[in-house]
Amino acid sequence: MASQQNGLTHGINLDAIERKQGTRDLNNETICLEAKSLALFYGDKQALKDINIRLPEKRVSAFIGPSGCGKSTLLRCFNRMNDLVDSCRVEGDICLDDESIYAKKVDVAELRRRVGMVFQKPNPFPKSIYENVAYGLRLQGVKNRSTTDDAVEKSLRGAALWDEVKDRLHDNALGLSGGQQQRLVIARAIAIEPEVLLLDEPASALDPISTLKIEELIHELKDNYTIVIVTHNMQQAARVSDYTAFMYLGELIEFGNTDAIFTNPKMKQTEDYITGRYG
Amino acid sequence: MMMRDWFKSGAPWIWLNAAAVSASLIIVLGLLILIAVRGLGHFWPSDVMQVDYTQPGEPTIRIIGEETDEELVLLENLHAAGYQLESKKLRIKRYLAKTGNRDVLGSDFRWLLDPYLTNKSYPRDIMVLERREWGNFYGYLRSIKENGKLVVEGEQSWPVLQERLQRALDIFEQIRDIEKGEIGDINYAIEELRLDKRRLELDNDTNPEKHQAIADERKRLQADYQGLQKQLNELYGQINRDSLTAEVMDGQVVDIPLSKVVRTYRPNDMGLFGKIGMYFSKLGEFVSDEPREANTEGGIFPAIFGTVMMVFIMSLIVTPFGVVAAVYLREYAKQGALTRTIRIAVNNLAGVPSIVYGVFGLGFFVYFLGGNIDQLFYPEALPAPTYGTPGILWSSLTLAILTVPVVIVATEEGLSRIPSAIREGSLALGATKAETLWRTVLPMATPAMMTGMILAIARAAGEVAPLMLVGVVKLAPSLPLDGNWPFMHLDRKFMHLGFHIYDVGFQSPNVEAARPLVYATALLLVLVIILLNLAAIYIRNHLRERYKGLES
Repeated sequence: MASQQNGLTHGINLDAIERKQGTRDLNNETICLEAKSLALFYGDKQALKDINIRLPEKRVSAFIGPSGCGKSTLLRCFNRMNDLVDSCRVEGDICLDDESIYAKKVDVAELRRRVGMVFQKPNPFPKSIYENVAYGLRLQGVKNRSTTDDAVEKSLRGAALWDEVKDRLHDNALGLSGGQQQRLVIARAIAIEPEVLLLDEPASALDPISTLKIEELIHELKDNYTIVIVTHNMQQAARVSDYTAFMYLGELIEFGNTDAIFTNPKMKQTEDYITGRYG
Repeated sequence: MMMRDWFKSGAPWIWLNAAAVSASLIIVLGLLILIAVRGLGHFWPSDVMQVDYTQPGEPTIRIIGEETDEELVLLENLHAAGYQLESKKLRIKRYLAKTGNRDVLGSDFRWLLDPYLTNKSYPRDIMVLERREWGNFYGYLRSIKENGKLVVEGEQSWPVLQERLQRALDIFEQIRDIEKGEIGDINYAIEELRLDKRRLELDNDTNPEKHQAIADERKRLQADYQGLQKQLNELYGQINRDSLTAEVMDGQVVDIPLSKVVRTYRPNDMGLFGKIGMYFSKLGEFVSDEPREANTEGGIFPAIFGTVMMVFIMSLIVTPFGVVAAVYLREYAKQGALTRTIRIAVNNLAGVPSIVYGVFGLGFFVYFLGGNIDQLFYPEALPAPTYGTPGILWSSLTLAILTVPVVIVATEEGLSRIPSAIREGSLALGATKAETLWRTVLPMATPAMMTGMILAIARAAGEVAPLMLVGVVKLAPSLPLDGNWPFMHLDRKFMHLGFHIYDVGFQSPNVEAARPLVYATALLLVLVIILLNLAAIYIRNHLRERYKGLES
């Protein structure tokens, strides 16, 4: 209970974060992920059109836009989750640290180890909390008990879940609440120490308090990870992100400093969306 | 108007549905109760009656026997059969009496017409003997003899008989242990030696040392055998020492050696508890002993064992096979016209008459596969086949292909129900497709696989027709699992409860005596299937518990 209250008071202190964001400029950042003339087709239907975007390292970038605008699709391009869709075809290229992730020699499993992902609906495995977090490590062949123990604790602390579950690590993860499950999934993702963390509407299925915790967590994680978040909630994008991209009908309309996007958008479509004229 | 409202309310539907469910339940329960009553009643030591039976124009005879059945016959039918019977009644009652003593009287059963019966009584000293040959004996104990000399006579004979019978049974047990156990082992070893020698000959191996070793070993076994044979002869001498004399219903006095007797009792003299004890002892013998007398007496243990073992081997084969096939179909194969066709074909396989599988098993497994295995691995035994003849392995395999569609369909169903979010979660952590399958998807699909296995077991355990072609026999000399290396003898033929029912019911020389056994065996078959299923269901529910949260 104590930790929850801590989280609350801590999470509300967002003014400082926003002030800090205001000073950032994309030209001074190291670029982590870059999409070059990216187009994506589901069968005959084009879902993404000529996307060019450069996402900075160790910053939070948010994708906003109305439903069906392709922001989730774009996000799933960064770890090639779209490969799973049979009819999906990708043109153009994406580079992670200046190396193409769509090149033939790329090991997709290895790529996904470097680019972790958290989904909209919490999807813990029907295993114990401990095993959920250790899943990625086990995949990498980590057998040593104490290494695993340490990594599990570190990840759960990193996801602000440790205090709530430390006494029941071996209980089934499905017994956790929705918000706890989502933090567990984040812990699971950071346990394998990826470079990038993709968050696909991570808080849309959660209650306000859990949402707040996740947002606070994102803020803490950005010291170590490049974070890309898709959200429906513009306030959330404004609160948590350093940079924001607005997408509409499969096109990237505008990308820039979050403050700039929300206070002084360059494009009319962005302004219309932000001021609530459609979407 | 009222009627219309009643129809609109849906109540008639509910009643109709409830009626259908009740009818099904009643049918199932009725079936179980019928076979239970008919089958289990057989083991009850019922009273033995003694009556005088006088047919017109013939002298009165004494009948001793158990009343097993009664029915009403039309008088005119009796007249047509040559009975000169006057009666005002249209139908005449007649009884079926089990008189036993087939060796003396020629038949076990006899119909008795009610009007001819007089002086019905239940004398307390009527004795029933269960024998190893010739079925039951009913009569009065007269005396006990030892080596042909009278030991005791009259009423004192009964306790002496019990004592001496126990001794004979103990000796019989020893004889059986030696014959089945030790001599069986020696025979097995000698046969192995013969095959070893033949193998050397086939390999043109003339190494005298090896031949000598075989000859020495054979000599040693022969010596052991001689020793055992001597021991056996001694035991046979001992077991044949005692005999009893008894009077049968027509007054003859017969000699019966105690070595031929399994059990003696006086049902008319037993109290309720005595009868209950006897009942359970007979029931125990039925499930744990080997059959006697062309399967009409004794137990059916080898059939229970064969059924269970065959089902186990079948499950061990069918589950991995079906699961692997389902995983490929659902996870790896490109979904399209071809997979659709394969699915339809798999589903239709389940509808092929089972005897067709039997023919296939005989042609492919037994003759082709088995024949080739014999050529390649067992040339020394030829021309006697090893695997080229029906056996438990081929039966299990045949039933495995019979039930594999069930497992495939159930597993595919289970795989398709696993949320894609779980798969994506695993893939997003850097797992390959195979790792995702192995670590997450398959464990979560285990309850579905178990469901498939349960259905397969239910289908396979009751299947008889194909087995008649690929491995089941009326009487197997040895179990497919014993103490001789390599313990599992998958080439052996085996007995099966389903086939046992058919054999006892329709191929038996003594139909009347066998009828209750048909019911008892049927009941046992149902129980075995229920037990197998319950075990599998228990395991599945245990697994389900772990993944419970996902099924919401």
